Amino acid sequence: MKRRDFITNTTAASTLIGLGGLSLGSCSNLGQKQITILHTNDVHSHIDTFPASHSKFPNLGGVARRATLVEEIRNKNPNTLLFDAGDIFQGTPYFNFYGGELEFKLMSKLKYDASTIGNHDFDNGINGLLAQMPNATFEMVNSNYDFSNTVMDGYVKPYKTYLVNGVKIGVYGLGIELDGLVTKKLYKETQYLNPYEIALDMEKQLKEEELCDLIVCLSHLGYDYQNPQRPCDTRLAQQTFHTDLIIGGHTHTFLDKPDVRTNQNGNSVLVNQVGCYGINLGRIDFYFDSDKNISAEGVSIEV
Amino acid sequence: MRNLIIKQFVTCVTFCVFISCKSDTVQLTEVKGKQIPIDSTISHMDSISSFVTPYRIRINEILDSTLAYAPKPLLLNDGKRNTSMGNLMADIVFKETVPIFKTRTGNDLDFVVLNYGGVRSIISEGNVSARNAYEVMPFENYIEVVELSGSATRQLINFVAKASRRHPVSGIQIITDKNRSLESVNIQGQPFDESRNYYVATSDYLVSGGPSVGFFNEIISITETDYLLRNAIIDHFKKVDTLKAVVDDRIIQLD
Repeated sequence: MKRRDFITNTTAASTLIGLGGLSLGSCSNLGQKQITILHTNDVHSHIDTFPASHSKFPNLGGVARRATLVEEIRNKNPNTLLFDAGDIFQGTPYFNFYGGELEFKLMSKLKYDASTIGNHDFDNGINGLLAQMPNATFEMVNSNYDFSNTVMDGYVKPYKTYLVNGVKIGVYGLGIELDGLVTKKLYKETQYLNPYEIALDMEKQLKEEELCDLIVCLSHLGYDYQNPQRPCDTRLAQQTFHTDLIIGGHTHTFLDKPDVRTNQNGNSVLVNQVGCYGINLGRIDFYFDSDKNISAEGVSIEV
Repeated sequence: MRNLIIKQFVTCVTFCVFISCKSDTVQLTEVKGKQIPIDSTISHMDSISSFVTPYRIRINEILDSTLAYAPKPLLLNDGKRNTSMGNLMADIVFKETVPIFKTRTGNDLDFVVLNYGGVRSIISEGNVSARNAYEVMPFENYIEVVELSGSATRQLINFVAKASRRHPVSGIQIITDKNRSLESVNIQGQPFDESRNYYVATSDYLVSGGPSVGFFNEIISITETDYLLRNAIIDHFKKVDTLKAVVDDRIIQLD
């Protein structure tokens, strides 16, 4: 009986090899998947393009241009997700006059998939944030603010998963300590929890329970601080085990290229941030193969 | 025999599809990252632009209507220890807060202290609109009145006198020697009296910032006005024809 199994398997295997040219070729095409992650941070209500006379960002930015760019990219690769890393609010009269209504409506029109919450998103108080939630078709993700004693309870998810072309993507959010940065009157009973500890919980859950193929963190902690006591993206990257990409915000950091750090497993983590005010759009492409076609060389990173 | 081969072929193709293509496990092999500048090479999407237009028109109507006139530019660096723009801000806060504070508490406001960094813009010579108020005060900061003991008031005055930045004040005169040690202090025209409490109007940013910001260490009580600093500025612009603030002797350093 055992010998018979062996023979059957051998026959199947050799037939498989015989078909290799066709079947592996076609299957590897089917198995190769490209996921495009687009991102912004700290747009701060900058809806219009900066005027040509602007000293720092002449004729740059603008949500109507970003819409065109995002649409072009989505047309080429429908397997695209669009995220924001917080501080959507505050910075132009659009926010002062309309309280974030226009920002959320436009992000919904651009089909943002998720955003995390920045400190300035509390600028009209936690009630002001709640008031704009009906205008958001995208998900608000944050895992280290406990909103359970606030009006935002139930409106923010610790993480969100997406199944895109057979690739499962998990996205969790982290926010900066509010005390000292935002008036208590505005954030009220929002409790800040240690972002490093929560990040490890989140990525473990996304990896082991949700079985995600790709794990993204939307962080409003800030890129890097000299003071080791202040949590930041570069240190977060080095403490994690499963996070593939940290999309950062808060420090308005213009990076020449995405930063590559090494995590606890010895794997690479990308840390990216694209300045502020909608001047740039970040784009990270992840290419996946089915297990059969994996080369032994690991992940190649080109930034 | 022929049937068998076909059967085997089908089985194998199915097998192949199953293991390679229907497999749940995919593995990351390659990552490419870049940043795309949103510049003039990208066209504006018409549907987005036309959605924004009515909001922009409404905002511009309100922001650009002339409220007052500045015969001279109001600057943040035109005096040694105080500035025309800082003085304008502090005087506005004083004038607009006095009646609110009186109504809410029955008490009289003594003086105003703001932070230099909180005044975000100068005002150029010419017509002054609400847009100027948004440039000067883009943040949603409220006016609050704090009650300080005599000794806490002395600490605050010392902090302002010693600071390298020209923090705006109103209702108080501070004279220092060349080392910025206090020579004399008058509040509402009266010599500073350390045995009494003082009411100081300021920004909620400085109040909630606490000792780490440097201004207020020990606060006896806080009265909220629910009045945005920016709205106080706009209301003041509507009341006056011309902005006359100048550098004066409210803080001076003797040589």
